[in-house]
Amino acid sequence: MAVTGILLALFLIAHMLGNLKVFTGATSFDHYAHWLRDIGKPLLPGVWFLWILRTVLVVAVVAHIVAATVLARRARAARPVKYAHRKKINGSYAARTMRWGGVIILLFVIYHILDLTTGTLNPVGDASKPYGNVVADFAPERWYVTLFYTLAIVTVGFHLRHGAFSAFRSLGQQTPRGERRARAAALVFAVALCAGYLVVPFAVLTGLVS
Amino acid sequence: MNLTLRIWRQKGPEDKGRMVTYPVDDVSPDMSFLEMLDVLNERLILAGEDPVAFDHDCREGICGMCGLMINGDAHGPQRGTTACQLHMRQFTDGETIDIEPWRASAFPVIKDLVVNRGAFDKIIAAGGYITAPTGSAPEAHSTPVAKANADAAFESAACIGCGACVAACPNGSGMLFTAAKLTQLSLLPQGQPERYTRVIGMVDAHDEAGFGGCTNAGECTPACPKGIPLNTIGRLNRDYLRATATRGDTPGS
Repeated sequence: MAVTGILLALFLIAHMLGNLKVFTGATSFDHYAHWLRDIGKPLLPGVWFLWILRTVLVVAVVAHIVAATVLARRARAARPVKYAHRKKINGSYAARTMRWGGVIILLFVIYHILDLTTGTLNPVGDASKPYGNVVADFAPERWYVTLFYTLAIVTVGFHLRHGAFSAFRSLGQQTPRGERRARAAALVFAVALCAGYLVVPFAVLTGLVS
Repeated sequence: MNLTLRIWRQKGPEDKGRMVTYPVDDVSPDMSFLEMLDVLNERLILAGEDPVAFDHDCREGICGMCGLMINGDAHGPQRGTTACQLHMRQFTDGETIDIEPWRASAFPVIKDLVVNRGAFDKIIAAGGYITAPTGSAPEAHSTPVAKANADAAFESAACIGCGACVAACPNGSGMLFTAAKLTQLSLLPQGQPERYTRVIGMVDAHDEAGFGGCTNAGECTPACPKGIPLNTIGRLNRDYLRATATRGDTPGS
């Protein structure tokens, strides 16, 4: 869980930094998007690097889901008779929504790829003009798209808040002071990532980016 | 105090079990929780009914025998307290109290509120000891131990093996117990020779016993009557990674 989670979190950082290029204008953003397809040229033929990256991500996602499923099945098997009276769990909201949160994130990722990678669900869907796709996507009259996007990103934030701390712990974080630092770092990381992702749709919504 | 108890009654391991309601009157707030159950049982016996079976021994909070899920809290609402040291003043007059056994497939119910915690013994048998004969207590200065290590080892050695961590864990994992039993040895010089075979053996025994996996949810430490800290599990993880990465997958010790 920890290793695949860290891989996916690194991707989220890179993806967020790429998104923020939307503030540098249509030409720059489109140029960045096209450059992504050409990384590794001329060593690798076009889009090869992208496909290698995609393969690594898919393997990480599948391994993450398999590990989560094994844990969830073990947890079910470990408590066949439920408590009649069960207090709401003491721990954080983030910790107890990891499993269903993960399912929501998976559904969002599928929608997100159909929307902004393949363009199937995008009102413009022109692969050569990613800037136009983004602006059309978060247009004020399509407020429900922005709402769903916001909910999904907040879910990612909660997932990261527990996930980042849990990854440190799984990889051997062992002191009480380190635990406080790891929890604080996870919270800052989750909030920063949420803010970085949400600033784009809200900039489109308010007309800052058009 | 007048209370309504809803208690899990189960005749034996094969019985399905159900919650049964018992009113108990004239409970003193100075009684311990187990004394209150004693009062109920005396009345049940006088009425010719089967008394409620529950585990207890020292009633001083140090043996780890008692263990009840009280209103969804392992060992009841008071932190750092076993059920035997919990007093009825923690409850209010007229309250309904739900009492259940620890729920885990690794802890099968024997009768009513009594569960078999033999799975913990299997984890200990897989490495929770040192094989060198130690003789009588050595002279304190003969083997120096850093104060911080001695304190952390002692903190873990406070584990009484009651099983509250498993009962409270949303995954039914016994990782806090396993980590405490590892840490009390892994931080001391006497525990070093078998340190890495021990961690693999005990984690394997933990998994084989049918406990769930740890997801760092953090439910165990608040429920632990001895307050074993959550970072103890981090020590286990670090030793486990080192053991699998550098020592090979050596089972047992």
